[in-house]
Order: sequence, then structure tokens, then C-alpha cells
Amino acid sequence: MSTTTQGALSAATTNQTAFDAVRKAKQKDILFATGGLVVMALAMTLLLALIGDLVIRGATRIDYGFLTSYPSRLPERAGILSAWVGSLLVMLVTAFLAIPIGIGAGLYLEEYARKGWLSNFIEINVSNLAGVPSIIYGLLALGLFVYGFSLGKTILVAGMTLALLILPIVIVSIREAVRAIPRIIKEGAYGLGADQWQVMWSYIIPAARPGILTGAIVGLSRAIGETAPIITIGALTFIAFLPPAPVTGEFPFISFAWLNDGFTVLPIQMFNWVSRPQAEFHVAAAATGVVLIALTFSLNGIAIWIRYRLRQGYRN
Amino acid sequence: MTDTTMTIDKTKTDTQPAAPTKAEPDMPPAIKPAAERDPLRARIENFSFYYSNGFQAIKQVDMPILDRKITAIIGPSGCGKSTLLRSLNRMHDLYPGNRYEGKVILEPEGENLIGPEADPVLVRLRVGMVFQKPNPFPKSIYENVAAGLRVRGIKKRAVIDEAVETALRRAAIWDEVKDKLHGSAYDLSGGQQQRLCIARGLAPNPEILLLDEPTSALDPIATAKVEDLVQELSETVTIVIVTHNMQQAARISHRTAFMYLGEAIEFGDTNQIFTNPKHPRTESYITGRYG
Repeated sequence: MSTTTQGALSAATTNQTAFDAVRKAKQKDILFATGGLVVMALAMTLLLALIGDLVIRGATRIDYGFLTSYPSRLPERAGILSAWVGSLLVMLVTAFLAIPIGIGAGLYLEEYARKGWLSNFIEINVSNLAGVPSIIYGLLALGLFVYGFSLGKTILVAGMTLALLILPIVIVSIREAVRAIPRIIKEGAYGLGADQWQVMWSYIIPAARPGILTGAIVGLSRAIGETAPIITIGALTFIAFLPPAPVTGEFPFISFAWLNDGFTVLPIQMFNWVSRPQAEFHVAAAATGVVLIALTFSLNGIAIWIRYRLRQGYRN
Repeated sequence: MTDTTMTIDKTKTDTQPAAPTKAEPDMPPAIKPAAERDPLRARIENFSFYYSNGFQAIKQVDMPILDRKITAIIGPSGCGKSTLLRSLNRMHDLYPGNRYEGKVILEPEGENLIGPEADPVLVRLRVGMVFQKPNPFPKSIYENVAAGLRVRGIKKRAVIDEAVETALRRAAIWDEVKDKLHGSAYDLSGGQQQRLCIARGLAPNPEILLLDEPTSALDPIATAKVEDLVQELSETVTIVIVTHNMQQAARISHRTAFMYLGEAIEFGDTNQIFTNPKHPRTESYITGRYG
């Protein structure tokens, strides 16, 4: 032992040194915790102040008329009907495209793809894509979908653009959800003689379901607030009609004509009103902001609720 | 046991294997008759295993697995005992780059489980496995036991009901869970979960059941229950158990193999290995000189 060679160092001194070290470490702990608390409080206050300001200015403007009117050049008659319907339809397209493709890609990359330089390359790129500024996706969509494929400035194109935008987010979160499944569960299933398909359908997907759904919803809540790519592809800022209804009275009862219609969405409506000189339009913009935040929060709320529900019971 | 559930179980024949056991150089003639008397369930022949990084974890192992006997594999950490066990139902195939050499012959058909023509999924249908840590699926107790049957495409409710009860009875856990079959398997204690996992492995009637240190995560009482259970089961199913607990091997197994650095140093009747080891390494291991 090294202490025996240093007989001069008494037990008391050693203890004293150790106590001092512990006390210093504790002081650092307290310092760090206090600093963290201050920073967090600052961030939360700012966020709450922003939302509070929006609510105070806009909440009173929200009424039945606001939600059921088209935009108007008269601020007191302006409403967000076409904007929220547009947002809803664009989200529908986005969800319909991004969720199945994202789940498929995530499961394939995590479970089926041969691990090697190619899968590493794809993984890095998918993660990078999640951080690409959204306006770049808008430019891509403008060049490819609007002009390249001549699809026009339609709901379909907006949905496709936002789907592209959130696809990396969805893929990354699905891969994480799948990776979080304990290896021992997968081996248990394989050990029973299950093949890869059975393991994926009966074990991996059910176990990863909370993570998969959360990823999908977090992606959608990002998409619903996106403005830049939608402006880039040329969404209309003033629109006083609704797209054709997806459900019709006559056979085959479902119509996809709305996909090819012009549209606007909530963030663009808001953007449009903010850039007007009249103060009344600014109130309308704040009200639109409140609706948008409420939508985003409820999407996140649904995600949290799903996660909580699915974690609770594995009963059947 | 019910015949309805025997989807893959071949009738257990008592016929002698075509080829007699390869005599190990260290094996004294005194225990040979036992090896000849008991029918073989599997033969591991000149078996080597390489991990994807090129490391040879198993080196030319020869080992007979006797029908409806408990074969224990002991040895210090990292000796390759779990690797050998996991080779027997092709678990290494789940990770790319791993490589087998030699033969693992399943008797009496004489099929080579690690041959190129053997499908790992089909091998796992015949050779079941219980893992080190209890790993029930996040499902009900009933669905856990039924999992192996569902994997085999069995859908008839009555058949599954019966197989689940039979397996839970065989795993000596029926009385504890019969009133909460549809409750979550996660509500069971660790020891119960492990016995549930044994029931899950038994339900499809495997020809061999592999146990990979099944009690290492359990307390002494739960361990005793699992040991009793394993001994009972050996009347009906062939068992290979890996354990780092020598007393456990001595208590429950019929035959013991001692492995060291990827080699099977000695193999023989459990009594002989523990009372009269032939190899100096075996002796120093079981007397606790290293491990």
C-alpha cells in the first residue's frame, strides 16, 4: 500500500483533505444547480411572456365569426376559415405521406438494412437532413414539384413539401424508438423460432408504438407551424373560397379534387396580417397565432397522452 | 404432455445412435458404459465459432448431448460457454459476420444444425432457449406462453389454451398464475418471470431446451425453485444449461463439461467431474483456484 510508505501522513490529515474535497464538490453542485435554475427560469419566462402577450392581444378576437369567415379587407370581418381548413388539408396530406414512409424507412434502416458504410452514410445524411433550413425544402419543392412535375401551387404540393421536411425527424425518432427495445426481448422472440417478419410485426412494432406515434405527431406539429417552404412554393395569401369537399353526395362519395386546389395555411394568414399597416389586422394576426399555438399544443398533448396510455397497459 | 401441441416434436425414440460417441482422450473407461447406455440427442463435433471481429471463441469442441439428461457447461467467465450454448440454436446468426465451423448433429435424424442448408429459424423451432435475465414479453402471461405457438401459425383457441396450461404446469407456475393469466407478465416476481420464460420455451415442445445461466439474476429461493423445475423437466426434455455456479452444476446435472479459453477441457458424468477430475485445470477450477 502506498500509505504505509508515507508514514508521516496521519489518518487525521487524510480525513481532513477528503472532507475538504467533498465540501468543495458540494459547493460546485450548489453553484451549478442555481445557475441551471436561473437559466431555465429565464427561458420559461420569455416563452410564457411571448405566449401571454399573444393571448392578451388576440384571445378576445377569437369567436365563432372569426373561425367561420374568409379573410376580408375589412379587419372586423376578416376570419381564418380558409386558413384553418387549408392547414388541416395540408396536414392530412403530410401525415398520409410522411408517416407510412417514415415508419417504413425507419424500420428498414434499423432492422433490415445491412450494417456497413452505406447504412452509416444514410444515417448521417438523414440526421443532417433534419437540420436543413426549411426554406431549402421550399426551393426544392418549387423547382421539382411546382415546375418540374408541373403540379402547381396546390394542397398536394404543400403536403408533399412538408412531408419531405418532417420525414427525417420522423425517421430519426422511429429508429430511436426501435433501438430502445431491449435486445433481450428481440432475442427472446427469435429464440422461440420467430422469423424476422414475425419479430417485427408482433414484437418490435407493438413495443415501439409509443415512440413511433410520438415521432409522427412531433413531426406533424413541426409541419403545422412551417411558413417558409409554403411561401416559397407560392401559397396564396388571400383566399376567399374553400377547396372542394373531400366527401361528396354522389358515388364514389370521396373526391380528391381538393388536392389540386390553391390554399392558404394559418402561418401564412398570420404573416399576411402582420404585414398590414392597420392595428386591427395585427390583433387578427395575434388571434391566428393563438389558434396555431393551441393546435400545436394539442398535437403535443395528444402525443404525450398516447405515450402515457401505451406505457401503462400491456394487457390483452 | 398433449399430442395436440406436438407440432414439431418428433417422437422420442430410444434407438441407439448410428455412430457411437467419440471417445474423449481424457475419459476413463469406467464411465464409458453410461455414455453408451443413454441415447444421444445431439452431437457437437469438431465445432469452432468465430465472432465477426475474427475472434475464435470456441475451439474444436466435441461434446455429446444425451437425450433427456441435463448437460451442464461450466467454466470461468469468457470461456465460451454461453457462446457454445447460443450456437446450438443459431442465436449468433442474428448478428452479421459470425461464423461456425464443424458440426452440431441433431439425433436421431442426423441433421446438421449449423450446416449451410439448415435454416436458423427452423433450428430455433426445435431448440428452445431461456436467457440469463428473465425476458418476458410486454404482454399478458397467457400471451407470453402462447407466443411460441403463434409463431408456428397455431391459431385454434382450444389448442393454445391447452398448450398454455400444460406448459405452465410443467414449469411449476400454474398454481401461482392461473387466476391472472391475462394480467401483465411484468407484474410477476423475477423468479416467477423466469419460470414463465421456461414455460414459454416449453410450450412448443422443443427437442432441446437451452438454459443460459437461468438463475444468475435470481435470489436463492427462486433459484432453488428453478433448479427443482429443471430437474423435473429433464424427465421429458433434453436440457443443456450454462452456469457459472459450480454447486448448481453439481446439484442438478447428469453430465458436466468444463470449458476453458474456448476449449472443452473435460467432459463426463457430473459425479466424476466433481469428485475425480482427470484434467489438472478442471481440478484447479472446481477447487476454486481460479474462476
